[in-house]
Amino acid sequence: MEVVKEILEKQQKDLEKYKPITVEKHLDCRIDVGTLLITDPNDLDEGLLKENKEEYLKDITRDNLQLLINEIWTLPTERVEESIVAVLPLPTTSLPRSRKIPGPKVMTKWEKFAKEKGIQKKKKDKKVFDETLDKWVPTYGFKRADAEKQKEWVLEVPKNVNPMEDMFQKKIDLRQEKVAKNEIQRMKNIVRAKRQETPRAGYLGPEAASSTQLLTAATIAKASTASVGKFQAKIAKEKQARGIGVKELIPGSKRKASHLSTVPEKEANLDLIRSVLHKKPKIDVDKAVSLQKKESRLEREAMEDGGQRKKKGGKGGKKGGSGGFKKSKGGKKPKGGMGQRAPGKKNAIGRKRR
Amino acid sequence: MSLMIRKPKTRKGKQILLAREPQLIEAAKQMLVVEGRKCSGNIKTFLKDVHQLKKPLCKVLNRSNDITPFEDPSSLEFLALKNECTLFVLGSTSKKRPDNLVLGRLFENEILDLIELGIKQYASFAEFSSEKVGTCVKPCLVFSGPKWNQTEELRRLRNLLIDTFQRDKVKAIRLQGIEHVISFTCLEDLSIAMRSYKISLKKSGQKTPRIELTEIGPRSDFSIRRTKIASEDLYKQSRRQPKEIKVSKKKNLSRDGLGNSHGRIHIGRQDIQKLQTRRMKGLKKTSEIK
Repeated sequence: MEVVKEILEKQQKDLEKYKPITVEKHLDCRIDVGTLLITDPNDLDEGLLKENKEEYLKDITRDNLQLLINEIWTLPTERVEESIVAVLPLPTTSLPRSRKIPGPKVMTKWEKFAKEKGIQKKKKDKKVFDETLDKWVPTYGFKRADAEKQKEWVLEVPKNVNPMEDMFQKKIDLRQEKVAKNEIQRMKNIVRAKRQETPRAGYLGPEAASSTQLLTAATIAKASTASVGKFQAKIAKEKQARGIGVKELIPGSKRKASHLSTVPEKEANLDLIRSVLHKKPKIDVDKAVSLQKKESRLEREAMEDGGQRKKKGGKGGKKGGSGGFKKSKGGKKPKGGMGQRAPGKKNAIGRKRR
Repeated sequence: MSLMIRKPKTRKGKQILLAREPQLIEAAKQMLVVEGRKCSGNIKTFLKDVHQLKKPLCKVLNRSNDITPFEDPSSLEFLALKNECTLFVLGSTSKKRPDNLVLGRLFENEILDLIELGIKQYASFAEFSSEKVGTCVKPCLVFSGPKWNQTEELRRLRNLLIDTFQRDKVKAIRLQGIEHVISFTCLEDLSIAMRSYKISLKKSGQKTPRIELTEIGPRSDFSIRRTKIASEDLYKQSRRQPKEIKVSKKKNLSRDGLGNSHGRIHIGRQDIQKLQTRRMKGLKKTSEIK
């Protein structure tokens, strides 16, 4: 037992030799080991600060740092090239980035179309066998133009063109045109990618907005009243905003259905063909009835006409000799109101009403 | 995408332009040290000391520049963009603002925070005869005083100081390599005392060492002058981290006391019918079953 006591006492003495590594703090300090950072919210001692500022600041820093070091020494360690490293956890202090988080790459028009249609990229062989040259020639890049020159050392002049025209120059021009077109399309793709970031509706300011954007903004603003712009004054030569998706932005206007239907393309086409081939005439009951009526009336009138003609002949063909109602000759409709007139009543005095 | 409007002609040029685009994981921020219209001795030595502290992550512009970032930040933004720096310190002196420092940082090539500090008292590196620390040492940072959390400006200043002095983010640190500490104390009159010490690890009779400090400079007391901090919205947006970096919690993993990690995996129900047992004559399939 004495031995144990002796050892314990000895250890106690050993420890007394060293200064302590524990630090007493009133409030807990926030430690971020990932960035080697400690924040101490405890009050400063004004008296000590006035008495000996440097010494006091050093003491505070030492105490706080001791807390941080104590924390670091509890971390799991590794041995890397003869030195011991502590594996730090992720930092908890969030600092601003220098740039935004990169978004997804915007698809070009072709890429979008190809994806929609399911077109996949085919890989071309780097070299293909050319039968006229009887050797392997590159499909693109280094020495491709050379191979082309060898292959097309002479060019045929077609009958319908000017015989003095340089066909080689024409070929070069055609190629340059293609390159220019490609460049324009690339630019358009960049513009399209940029445009996605800006809002489609709303006013972007006189410098930034294009005329179409301004027009859209004006149209939307005009339609954004409680009565969907019905009572807004119209300016002379006013234009209505147009374009894809513009109608969706304007309140009160109808949406157009997407050209992409939910039914698969083949099925939709088959439906269309079927509807054309198996077309049946529609039966319009009202129209049929009216047609029937007309026919019967014509028939009746033809009968009556036959009877009247006999009478007419007797009268000597005088027109409207007697007053009162005339009998209508053909299929003319009676005029509205003309038929029912009170004979005794006078017309209202005033201007003639039509 | 915006940089690619004029197509790069060489592969190297393309790589350079790609490096300037926003990155998922960003490299350590570079600092631009700029001299303003006129510089006093204190400011000149301070800028020199900042360069010493920041060394490989720092770019110094030697000529004086007529820049007033609070009035017109465009030229400073341009310089930062050209030098690919997102942190900056601008020193100048004038009758109205003697010994003036403007600390700041950029987000998306535009100024995020601007904080103006006046040097009240300064003692440079050279004034301390003690042994210095090596270059490229990641310092420990100590912020003391209850005032740091008092206003948004002070909180932002603390964040800016961490951003400025923390150097690169590291995954592991050599224990003997912890040898520098920078301390910022916010005093009662809202002045900030910056002190820098060398750490010496002493025996403590235990595994963890006892710390002793010796001052190596620079020592300075700052007063806060004008501030122009980013709106809460922009500040929040700038601190957003990508999803890819966030670590998702791993399921079915546990650690035991010895530091071994144990994983639990799930496999489907075993098909007993297909189990290969010992072949015996008696268990042989008869012709009827066949």
